[in-house]
Amino acid sequence: MKYLSEYRDPRAVRALSRAIAERTTRSWRVMEVCGGQTHTIVKHALDQLLPAQIELIHGPGCPVCVTPIEMIDKAVAAASRPGVVVCSFGDMLRVPGSRGDLLGARAAGGDVRMVYSPLDALALARRHPSRQVVFFAVGFETTAPANGMAVWQAARQGIENFSLLVSHVTVPAALAFLLSQPDHRIDAILAAGHVCTVMGLEEYYPLAARYERPIIATGFEALDILQGVLMAVEQLESGRREVENQYRRAVRPEGNPQARALVREVFEPTDRYWRGIGLIPGSGLRLRPAYARFDAEARLAFPGDSPREDETCLSGLVLQGKIKPPQCPAFGNPCTPERPLGAPMVSAEGACAAYFRYAHIPSNRTVFAGADE
Amino acid sequence: MIEPPPMTGPIAGEPPAAGQGLSCPVPRANYERISLGHGGGGRLTLDLIRRLFRPAFDNPALAEETDGARLNLDGAGIALSTDAYVVRPIFFPGGDIGRLAIHGTVNDLAACGARPRAVAAAFILEEGLPAEHLKRVVASMRSAASEAAAGLEIVCGDTKVIEHRSGGENASSAEPEPSGLMIVTTGLGERLLAPGPSPRRICPGDAILLTGPVGDHGAAVMAVREGIAFETPIVSDSRPLWSLVEALGREVDVHALRDPTRGGLATALNELASTSSTRFVIEESRIEVRPPVAALCEVLGLDPLYVACEGQMIVFVAADDAESALAALRRSGAPEAVRIGSVETAPRPEVILRTAYGALRPLDLLSGEQLPRIC
Amino acid sequence: MCLGIPGRVIEITPDARHPYFTEGKIDFGGVVRAVCLAYVPEVEVGEYVIVHAGFAIARIDAEAARRIFDDLRQAGQLEELEAAGEGCP
Repeated sequence: MKYLSEYRDPRAVRALSRAIAERTTRSWRVMEVCGGQTHTIVKHALDQLLPAQIELIHGPGCPVCVTPIEMIDKAVAAASRPGVVVCSFGDMLRVPGSRGDLLGARAAGGDVRMVYSPLDALALARRHPSRQVVFFAVGFETTAPANGMAVWQAARQGIENFSLLVSHVTVPAALAFLLSQPDHRIDAILAAGHVCTVMGLEEYYPLAARYERPIIATGFEALDILQGVLMAVEQLESGRREVENQYRRAVRPEGNPQARALVREVFEPTDRYWRGIGLIPGSGLRLRPAYARFDAEARLAFPGDSPREDETCLSGLVLQGKIKPPQCPAFGNPCTPERPLGAPMVSAEGACAAYFRYAHIPSNRTVFAGADE
Repeated sequence: MIEPPPMTGPIAGEPPAAGQGLSCPVPRANYERISLGHGGGGRLTLDLIRRLFRPAFDNPALAEETDGARLNLDGAGIALSTDAYVVRPIFFPGGDIGRLAIHGTVNDLAACGARPRAVAAAFILEEGLPAEHLKRVVASMRSAASEAAAGLEIVCGDTKVIEHRSGGENASSAEPEPSGLMIVTTGLGERLLAPGPSPRRICPGDAILLTGPVGDHGAAVMAVREGIAFETPIVSDSRPLWSLVEALGREVDVHALRDPTRGGLATALNELASTSSTRFVIEESRIEVRPPVAALCEVLGLDPLYVACEGQMIVFVAADDAESALAALRRSGAPEAVRIGSVETAPRPEVILRTAYGALRPLDLLSGEQLPRIC
Repeated sequence: MCLGIPGRVIEITPDARHPYFTEGKIDFGGVVRAVCLAYVPEVEVGEYVIVHAGFAIARIDAEAARRIFDDLRQAGQLEELEAAGEGCP
């Protein structure tokens, strides 16, 4: 597939792998903040193509993992109400709340449907005016334009039986939080390429300057990630601490103006609770008053519960890159992908699930460095 | 199969004579849809059997109208396999649920090194199912059986009708029409390969072969379910594999066979590694995925290694036999057959993938069904 | 939250109500899907876009797309690719 396959070419991948090895003289820790990038790294075992001094950290880039437990509970509660249809992307269906997940709600008779776009949910609402269609709006800034447009179109067309259960999070505030922790050990950050496609680069300049860390807007294929790492290493080795754009084919410095305008029209910043981390001020989005009638929380009136997280779950520390999953006492026992205590063990992109599958594979780092094919 | 009730009056199509005690008051000769009455065991059921199933599956065993079929086997070892088929939609490019039901059971028998000899088929029909659909499916089963092996017939069966139920698996596409048609097929075969394939015969050093590209069936079904258009539609790879296995068995000693179905190649490999307590190392670059299947998986966020196949076989042979096994496969209906890996000893059973970039990573079982990802 | 797939625009259907309702058909390596084009108002048929959650969120800059390979060649990392002459733009 064009613009996909070229960025997976094995020879180019190995060329970049060699370049990184040649450039690296010290230990560096590079954090990526995007579930999609975690997925590519795990799927292709890209960490094995890096010299031992480079450590890749999986940050809280998986919105599935950071969605607060009470939002999952609200989605599950909504699904059990008669006349309500809950629509969601596939990723969210198996994340455990305090009383089960959405698939469980469906098994118990709730109407839960998987969609690929929030417009599918809106179309469902249009087709079934007597049902309340709730779309579980989870995600970073990449998805906010899509979710916002569904609300805008609903308002424009007078489709009133449609609402969003909003749990949007935004990256820059979370990065600021992570980088302001005194004990953080992050040397460079790969910024999520599609978030930057929408938002551009301007929010990252103050972060790079204030916390003195290179930030590289990076794509999602093997070539992209390795080039992002190379750019980070080159900066670190030469003492630069700047914002750079690896994903130039899709990211412009100003982002997507139409998308940003719609997001500003429909949403406004709010404080958000990140599962496992806590409250990060200004790190989320909520519907503006003009669109508040499309807020499922207002429409469906959920009880004000404060579910407790399982205290043995250390996913917060994992998500912040402070510990590696195997260092969590619950890792593997009792916490496994089949019986997860927290979200990073459920989501395929979650760091804990990635490590769980990896754990006993012999490292194969010799595959690139100096070894001729 | 039911014993026909004593007949003193007309069959369906004429008004019931007094005292006939039918549960459904209006038997009709030319019904368009299956009704609950068809599962009642009375005249409608008999009518369905005699007018729809019998002509399609026509064979001496069925003609005897006994509860079970009496067969003669020539003293060979027997293989038995059963499977339930609940795929929706029931018609898809490259086949339908009937074809699948025959191929699937034939292939499970073939994986035991057995020539399929007879199939029993139980049907669970949803009230309201258009009879025309049932006819098509049944005709499809008949032709699938004769393709699969000479003399293979559906020799006995059963029919039940259940009430209409709404919704589907994820119900992302509206399904107003009742379309429920589920089939359970049980196949009997005679084992002809000796000593015969079994997962327990997999040993370190064995070569792992694969007959062709993966993911076609699952992608074909998903495309129809999601209403996805293709320039060239993806076609299910559902096909019978006994003649392929027979040809292979004549050339080499086949250690093990498995046809990967639900859960795809990765799931089948994991099951085999576990049963045989060995490690498989699989070369990712050797596994072929047809471009439209790959494209669909990209678009839906699926991994093709976990997408169902219905016409492929994983083959385990001694390393020395790999070349002749591949040659036999390629000339017997699997021109794309390729070696995908090797069996090794290991402290724990596992499946390792060597990526296109040369790194190693585990190829695990999924926890549940694969869900499309957007993340 | 990031699965964005590149595809080629094969059809654009404007909507009289408002540009935000503009739809299009995108070809992803043979798979054709309907996509909302509200966020790429200047896109033309034949161009490539990145699609996420049913929306095109960016037009692909073909020149920039090639540059990653030019960069690698410049740095001397891709001579073997040039010799092979296939797989890279």
